[in-house]
Amino acid sequence: MQAKPEALMTPQPQTQAVSRGDSSVRSWVDESARYLLIAPAILIVLVLAIFPLLVSLYLSFSRFKFVKGGFEINFIGLKNYEKLLFGSEQRHVLGKFGEVPLTGWLLYGAFMGLMLYLLYQYATSERLSGFGFVMRVISVVFAGGLALLALLTLGAGGLPGTLIVTLMFVFGGVALQYLLGLGLGLLLTQNLPGKRFFRVIFLLPMMITPVGIGFLFKMMTDTLKGPFSPVWLAAGLGDFAMLGQADTARLAVIIGDTWQWTPFMFIILLAALEGISKETIEAALVDGANRLQMFRFIILPDVIPVSTTVILIRLIESFKIIDMPNILTGGGPGTATETMTLQAYSGWRSGNLGESAALAYLLLIVATFCAMVFINFIRRRLLNWTV
Amino acid sequence: MKTKSYIPSSNPFKPSLLWMAISYILLLFWAFVVLMPLYWLVVTSFKIPADVNNGPTYLPFVDYQPRLDAWRYLMVESGESFIRRPYMNTIFVGLSSAFYALIIGAAASYALSRFEYRPKVGLIATFAGCVLFTVGLVAAGIPWPAAVVVGIAIYVLLAQTLGRRFSASLGNSDIAFWLISQRMLPPVAVVIPIYVMFQQFSLLNTHAGLIIAYTAANLPLAVWFLRDYFQSIPIDLEESAFIDGANRYQVLFKIILPLSVPGLIATFLIVLVFAWNEYTMALFLTGAETQTMPLLVAAQNATRGPQWWNISVLVVLMIAPITILAVFLERYIARGILVGAVKG
Repeated sequence: MQAKPEALMTPQPQTQAVSRGDSSVRSWVDESARYLLIAPAILIVLVLAIFPLLVSLYLSFSRFKFVKGGFEINFIGLKNYEKLLFGSEQRHVLGKFGEVPLTGWLLYGAFMGLMLYLLYQYATSERLSGFGFVMRVISVVFAGGLALLALLTLGAGGLPGTLIVTLMFVFGGVALQYLLGLGLGLLLTQNLPGKRFFRVIFLLPMMITPVGIGFLFKMMTDTLKGPFSPVWLAAGLGDFAMLGQADTARLAVIIGDTWQWTPFMFIILLAALEGISKETIEAALVDGANRLQMFRFIILPDVIPVSTTVILIRLIESFKIIDMPNILTGGGPGTATETMTLQAYSGWRSGNLGESAALAYLLLIVATFCAMVFINFIRRRLLNWTV
Repeated sequence: MKTKSYIPSSNPFKPSLLWMAISYILLLFWAFVVLMPLYWLVVTSFKIPADVNNGPTYLPFVDYQPRLDAWRYLMVESGESFIRRPYMNTIFVGLSSAFYALIIGAAASYALSRFEYRPKVGLIATFAGCVLFTVGLVAAGIPWPAAVVVGIAIYVLLAQTLGRRFSASLGNSDIAFWLISQRMLPPVAVVIPIYVMFQQFSLLNTHAGLIIAYTAANLPLAVWFLRDYFQSIPIDLEESAFIDGANRYQVLFKIILPLSVPGLIATFLIVLVFAWNEYTMALFLTGAETQTMPLLVAAQNATRGPQWWNISVLVVLMIAPITILAVFLERYIARGILVGAVKG
């Protein structure tokens, strides 16, 4: 793993225009552009993102109280994190451990075996570097820990905490959105009549506020007053409340999120699919490629760079999911659909600002870890695989 | 101008009749999935409580009589400013913040796609250290203006003395990644310090405060989309302009921006949607006068039980303008977002 998170966007040869300094005035003007153009963005981000982030870091190590005419901060060290991970909030954040069936352990063993094999492969390769090795070990430990947590809390008698629930929403939602977006994109590249109509319709959900979608799906899932009520009744599930059961409530949140964000994947993937050159496809046709081969060898390699970028965007955005579960289920039943941002928000409302900041930091660490693993391991592998 | 043509190319596969039928079934199914909840939203807004509570009714005039009760209740009986004020707030804050994010983002994206920057790692670390130190000072009870001055002084001192010794430096993609990674921050992580900061500068419960916060939150997205778009514009065009004696700013305004209209429109729309629909930050930073529509909608999760008819009216009102805009600008969205599409 490289230290620099380069190649977030597909690398581009440095396109530096040589400034032709005929007159000193012009070169001065050009030189000023170099800094003036980027300065506002850097300043805004420094003041409104980096500075608050550092303040939050400090907050997460302290107890924060609003007092008359201001606020009061007492440094308490790691106590907030301790409480969240090992103390009274552990069950809320990490969940309750249940019994794990043998198959679960076998799966976990296979997963860890694969991780260690990849690590071994790296350690014996020529690319080996000290930093890269350390980062890979950290990644394996981290991924192994998260997988173990999921395994322990999802077994019989266990209850997943907000961390695992968030990860379920993120990975479940993003995977569904990508597959649906790609599928719809492929269907529309056939240039069937009515294409523009479908394109406009498919875009709509993205424009709707998540708060509104929360309400919308509350209506949709209502078994008595909702539009699908006859279907529920016919199935003998008239008094079944989809939002009242942990699994179905989670499913409802994922469906709502997918409904909203599939358009984003779809519209970008469609542009990528339509950008594939006709000549390549025709050449493959001449060579007698069938539909499946066409997809595997022509289309897929061509859309992978775009795919990895949209997946990364959605991955980053998904970790912040709050409005949908907040409105749709209020985090319930119990804490079955409560995400980490929702929990942090509740913490803020009850005045636990320090704890809320610590929770936000835990989320940030997990999100950053997932994004880094995606960029450095998965994305790079995919890009190399296609070339 | 672009490396690739995004004009729909005809597919050499002539779909067979069966394949076409399957495609249409799938497409119509997804269209149904998308439209059904929206249809339900619109019809519910014309229902009275009895129409909702006695089980589902689907077709206005056929199985229930549409009424304007909910509309009248919210727009007339609740007082004139009940909807108008949050609506105007949302429009004003959304449009302004999207505009600023676009302008600042476009400038930064252009700079990142055309200049080479080599910021030094050591200086950045020093800077972060000084900010932390300043925060510590404020927390220790020193008034913030004094703490900021001390922080800046220490940074200048360290940068001037130690700064020359640092050699490791970062590149453009690192800056871009750094900007974009700001999208990773959960709003709850940054909103508390922003709240305190805005309190100090009397920006709480003002339009300006919310506009600043949204601009900052959406800037990374604008940079993300526009940087890839600018990179797809060949450099030759600029070079010839330089030979003709144009300077950077002229090139940016007269050549690059006009060529990037689809990218700019698409980015503007997406950033606008995010600001329009934003809930968490608005919740923290606004008060009664600056409340935005998402807050009004969320507030209907009332104690009186779910009043679907009223909520539907609000959601319909809220999504109508942005949806209409999206329908008209759809062609630009498809052509204007080229993330990851440019190959090195």
